[in-house]
Amino acid sequence: MNDISKQARRYVLIILIHLGVVIIWHLWVTMSNIPDYVMPSPGATLLSLGEEYGWLHNTYITAVEVFGGYFLAVIAGVGLALIFNWFKTMETMFMPLMVSLNMIPKVALGPLFIVWLSYGVGPNILISFSICFLPILLTMERGLRESDPDLLDLVRTLRASRWQIFTKIQLPGSLPYLFSGMKVAVVLAVAGAIVGEFIASQEGLGYLMLQVQVTLDTAAMFMAVLIITAIGVVLYGLVLLLEYLFIGQAPKEI
Amino acid sequence: MSESFIHLSDVRKIFKTRNEEFLAVSEVTFDVKAGELVSIVGPSGCGKTTILKILAGIHSYEGGTVRIGSEANPFDPSKDIGMVFQQPLLLKWRKVLQNVLLPAEILGLPRKESLDRAHYLLKMVGLQGFEDKYPHELSGGMQQRTAIARALIHDPKLILMDEPFGALDALTREKMNLELLRIWKESQKTILFVTHGIQEAVFLGSRVIVLTCGPARMADNIAIDLPYPRTLDMMTHEEFGKYARHLYKHLGMDADGSDIVEECRID
Repeated sequence: MNDISKQARRYVLIILIHLGVVIIWHLWVTMSNIPDYVMPSPGATLLSLGEEYGWLHNTYITAVEVFGGYFLAVIAGVGLALIFNWFKTMETMFMPLMVSLNMIPKVALGPLFIVWLSYGVGPNILISFSICFLPILLTMERGLRESDPDLLDLVRTLRASRWQIFTKIQLPGSLPYLFSGMKVAVVLAVAGAIVGEFIASQEGLGYLMLQVQVTLDTAAMFMAVLIITAIGVVLYGLVLLLEYLFIGQAPKEI
Repeated sequence: MSESFIHLSDVRKIFKTRNEEFLAVSEVTFDVKAGELVSIVGPSGCGKTTILKILAGIHSYEGGTVRIGSEANPFDPSKDIGMVFQQPLLLKWRKVLQNVLLPAEILGLPRKESLDRAHYLLKMVGLQGFEDKYPHELSGGMQQRTAIARALIHDPKLILMDEPFGALDALTREKMNLELLRIWKESQKTILFVTHGIQEAVFLGSRVIVLTCGPARMADNIAIDLPYPRTLDMMTHEEFGKYARHLYKHLGMDADGSDIVEECRID
């Protein structure tokens, strides 16, 4: 019970600190002479939602790109890590390549994707995918490799099958690694989608930001940033939920 | 020697690395009777673990004979070995009870019986009430008790212990030694106990097998004629001291500890 009230106190504190930031932001803007187009107040930012900017549609598009790219990255990252783990020659051949590919600043590939695939939601999903796929692959692959050799000896004396070793030891052991990779990937997926929209797009919040920048509607830009952040927060929350479902109260730190 | 449960004679093991081979174990010969607790002592890296792993069927060997089990006491290598290592090696995402059940799951033993046995074993190792804890919530000694219960869950005939208390502090270690003797008596298993602690080896074993360095060779195989149940104050007895001094000499140390054995290369 003590634990629960401690938890509750922690959440209240988190909310208060966030509110505090908004209040300071508000006071700062209202008490100084900063013009609205440089720094809108929280109220002005919220009011920008009333403008005819197609908020819902643009939010939907960006969310589809973020979630789509992220979902593909999880599937491909986990899938490839499993293949590498099951077929060691594949790992020896391709893992160094993956590490090299990870070094490419994926944002720089954006213009190329546009050349190859034209623009739209699909290419943006791919940019988002390409930027967050490798961290997931690398952490999962590492997690699957981490099993203690003595522990493997122990289960081998029991003539454990490959499948048993995989399901009882390697896979559950890799989950904390996977989730830490997936958390890093959330931020990257959002960044990837927005970069795609900046480079070439006709819809989405990144596109919207460029549109309102022209008219110096800074409040709307702020709002767009807030919604983009919210998309990331929702995705992050889902990952935390999954982590809780899969790992529960077991320790999450690696 | 038909009554022996484990029989090793002239066992040799060669390790091959990319550009060299070296002899890790040479001419190791000993017998262990069913129900005995035998200590194997030697300097670190002298190949003690290698011998355990040969017995566990994890390592191959190049020469000699290894036989476990007898007509009267058949041995199934997949079901009759329990192992405890220096690290508890618990699955950190499983609670204590589920950790103990792991070997039973792998062997596909009936769930209900295994569960009953797990509860019984946890009580035996003094962990009743800790079934639903995660390993990280336990002390080092308790984690190692869990590992011992896990090694016993499938009712194996042979328990191989590789410096199981080596990572524990001195006090906990002595306590665990007493516990192990109690568990041994209660479970009536054959136990091979590898250690580099001479005191520990004498205190636990009905016999102590002494190995010397690179390659591991048998230096001695002495019976420890101290009665069970053993108590900590036996360690101050003259007889205990005599055994300990004898072993120290074998391992190249005079009683004043002047000449420390150099470490060897093999684990």
